[in-house]
Amino acid sequence: MTDAKAAEGRQNFDAFTFLARFAPLIFLLLLMLVFAILEPRFLSSVNLFNVMRQVSIIGLLAIGMTFVILTAGIDLSVGSLLAFAGLVAAAVAKGGMQDRFTVGDDTIGYGWQLAALAAIAVGLLGGLAQGIAITKLKVPAFVVTLGGMSVFRGAALLFAAGGPISGFQPDFTWWGQGKILSVPVPVIIFLIAAVIAHIVLRYTRYGRRVYAVGGNPEAARLAGVNVSFVIASVYVIMGFFAGLGAFVLSARLNSAEAVAGTGYELTVIASVVIGGTSLFGGAGSIFGTVIGTVLIGVLLNGLVLMNVNSYIQQIIIGVIIVLAVAFDTFAKSRRKRA
Amino acid sequence: MRGISKSFPGVRALDQVDFTVGEGEIHAFLGENGAGKSTLLKILSGAQPPDSGMIVFAGRPVQFASPQEAQRAGIVTIYQEFTLAPDMTVAENVFIGREPGSRLFISYRQLEEETAKLCRRIGLERSPRALVRDLSVAEQQMVEIARALSMKSRLIVMDEPTSALSRAEVEKLFAIIRNLKAEGITTIFVTHRLEEVFELCDSFTVLRDGRHVGRGKVAETDMDGIIRLMVGRELGLLAARQVSFDTGEKALEVRALNRRRKSSDASAIELHDVSLSVNRGEILGIAGLVGAGRSETARAIFGADRFDSGAVMIGGQEVRIASPRDAIAQGIGLVPEDRKQQALFLSQAIRTNMSITAQGRISRFAVFISGAKEDELVEEYRKLLNIRMASAGQVVGNLSGGNQQKVVLARWLALRPKVLIVDEPTRGIDVGAKAEVHNLLSEMAQSGIAIIVISSELPEVLALADRIVTMREGRVTGEMMRADATQEKLMTLMTVGSRQAA
Repeated sequence: MTDAKAAEGRQNFDAFTFLARFAPLIFLLLLMLVFAILEPRFLSSVNLFNVMRQVSIIGLLAIGMTFVILTAGIDLSVGSLLAFAGLVAAAVAKGGMQDRFTVGDDTIGYGWQLAALAAIAVGLLGGLAQGIAITKLKVPAFVVTLGGMSVFRGAALLFAAGGPISGFQPDFTWWGQGKILSVPVPVIIFLIAAVIAHIVLRYTRYGRRVYAVGGNPEAARLAGVNVSFVIASVYVIMGFFAGLGAFVLSARLNSAEAVAGTGYELTVIASVVIGGTSLFGGAGSIFGTVIGTVLIGVLLNGLVLMNVNSYIQQIIIGVIIVLAVAFDTFAKSRRKRA
Repeated sequence: MRGISKSFPGVRALDQVDFTVGEGEIHAFLGENGAGKSTLLKILSGAQPPDSGMIVFAGRPVQFASPQEAQRAGIVTIYQEFTLAPDMTVAENVFIGREPGSRLFISYRQLEEETAKLCRRIGLERSPRALVRDLSVAEQQMVEIARALSMKSRLIVMDEPTSALSRAEVEKLFAIIRNLKAEGITTIFVTHRLEEVFELCDSFTVLRDGRHVGRGKVAETDMDGIIRLMVGRELGLLAARQVSFDTGEKALEVRALNRRRKSSDASAIELHDVSLSVNRGEILGIAGLVGAGRSETARAIFGADRFDSGAVMIGGQEVRIASPRDAIAQGIGLVPEDRKQQALFLSQAIRTNMSITAQGRISRFAVFISGAKEDELVEEYRKLLNIRMASAGQVVGNLSGGNQQKVVLARWLALRPKVLIVDEPTRGIDVGAKAEVHNLLSEMAQSGIAIIVISSELPEVLALADRIVTMREGRVTGEMMRADATQEKLMTLMTVGSRQAA
């Protein structure tokens, strides 16, 4: 192909790239339009903030998952790690396990600061352990995190000894229930995290390496990238967001329990994939993930408002994740032919 | 094939192409990359429909809706990338999808007998029960040929069948093709190595920019004639460098590099006491057949593969290189053999591909990437290397092979290396871009970089190198200055391996 022709071919194909890139956003707007017509309550500001608050926890996890999936990895352990980290944070906030059910000022906890640090520390360590297992023991991420899913859930159940830990100080629950200028705090945390993650992926050397490792690990290695370090690091980042998400979720629910986050891995992975990040690695963005997260939130919210059976929601998410990957594969084959 | 046209969005890939092959001929199908060869072959094999035109096969007009239909008609295509299942046996692969036996069960006895017959016919000395994984590339190719024969094919299309073969294996392949010819089977042979055309083929067709520009009998033309048709202009192909920029100052020295095979990797190539050195400004050529240990030496120096013993010295100092990162820190760069698998991030932008090694040069506060500095870098090397591209954001996979190779070269130049190892600098790129890449390597040498060039093409080594080292079976078998070297001398050292220059 001569270069003029190559360039020409590219232009022709740009319309499709454009569509493929903004497909999630277009789909989101269409979905909102449909719900707005079918159910007027949907567009009320109360409901929209409600949607945003609901998606913010999933959103935090999805930001971490974007890093993981960009390297062509996967993390199935997020829900379990979240539950375990949440319980540890709760125990720290309550000053131990003795007063787990008491509410108010009669307990002497260690404060929300240490609770948040504890949750994040648990997340980081959990992610690090899995990252090391994947890179040093050379076990596929799918298997390691499937194991992690069971390990962290078991640890959470063991730690909680069968019951929830609830009743925190107001300065703790503010992180989940408070508002700043009528915007829920979890939403603000989610958006700030998204902006930082976007900057890291787009504008830092580290971000470039994440894309490089996902796009072609052998080429990345031969270009001097420390592939093992990058791969291990994305699971640590995922762990960080699992810890942060655990803290915010405990604050929102004013409770932490061992079964928290069950099934989250599917919703989180679906959000990332629907947002256009390729499961084959090397392509995707935080912007897409934010859209994907909101899209799933809107879908579930709309279905609830329309009184659709909640079990059907699970079926719909399952179908959507398959369709999103099918679209990704289709876009890829299209790219190859062009 | 008459008046075949095919357009892709924005590209007219084939324009009224006529393509005729006589029965029982070995026909060379030539053209630069992007000339439309692959597209025409895909149409012939039923993988893509033509926009217009017709195919006449054995006197009858035919239309293939799928490769299966073309195969039933007797046309089988063997692609560069094989379509074998590595964990199945030779016999299972040959008859995959067409296993003999009843409706429900496969008759393994019949399967293996038939396969054994086919193997004897083409001289594949392997049990039908051998796993394809354990076969060499050349043997796998023979399995593909056996499969084609099992389909009773009368026309076999081979897309660059020799590109991964050593000289001895090529000889064997040619013998098979000649035998097929004796049986009346027609072969269409696609290659970039023109000398093979003269060795093997009866007739040829040349395609350029999607048009048919010439066909004829091989006996009635010469290499210059075909090259003229391919590029459409006179070209000083592979003009030897006249000047040497050798400074005599040792940049890299390798002493007694050894690498032993491990039981876990039985097909790995061993290295035995490989020693060589290259000076600043010098281009050292490493000549050897595939499997001689050339790429393995390069990869060991670069830290991409481990080695068991030996020393790598940079500027007289022994350095420890355990990974490509270590090598890069010492100022060594490697342009690997397989551009697409080992060098490029195909679905990513040119700028990402180019700056991956030079992030330090374009960063702010050591952490962030400065978009402005990065664009400057891309622009600098676009001009310097004359890379034809639309923009820095263009996906690198959309570039031609030559421009892709320039992007990889730019990546290493941006790092300002002391030593650059280039493995197969012009594999799979067209004649015009080849000359450009050669000039670039020469200019890099002039700027003081020590360059090691590894190439399967002797004319390339002879054109580029100041000094040539030959390798065979993991050992250095000889060394000579370009002035003393001839293809015959080098080939003797590469094949016979005597330590005295022939």
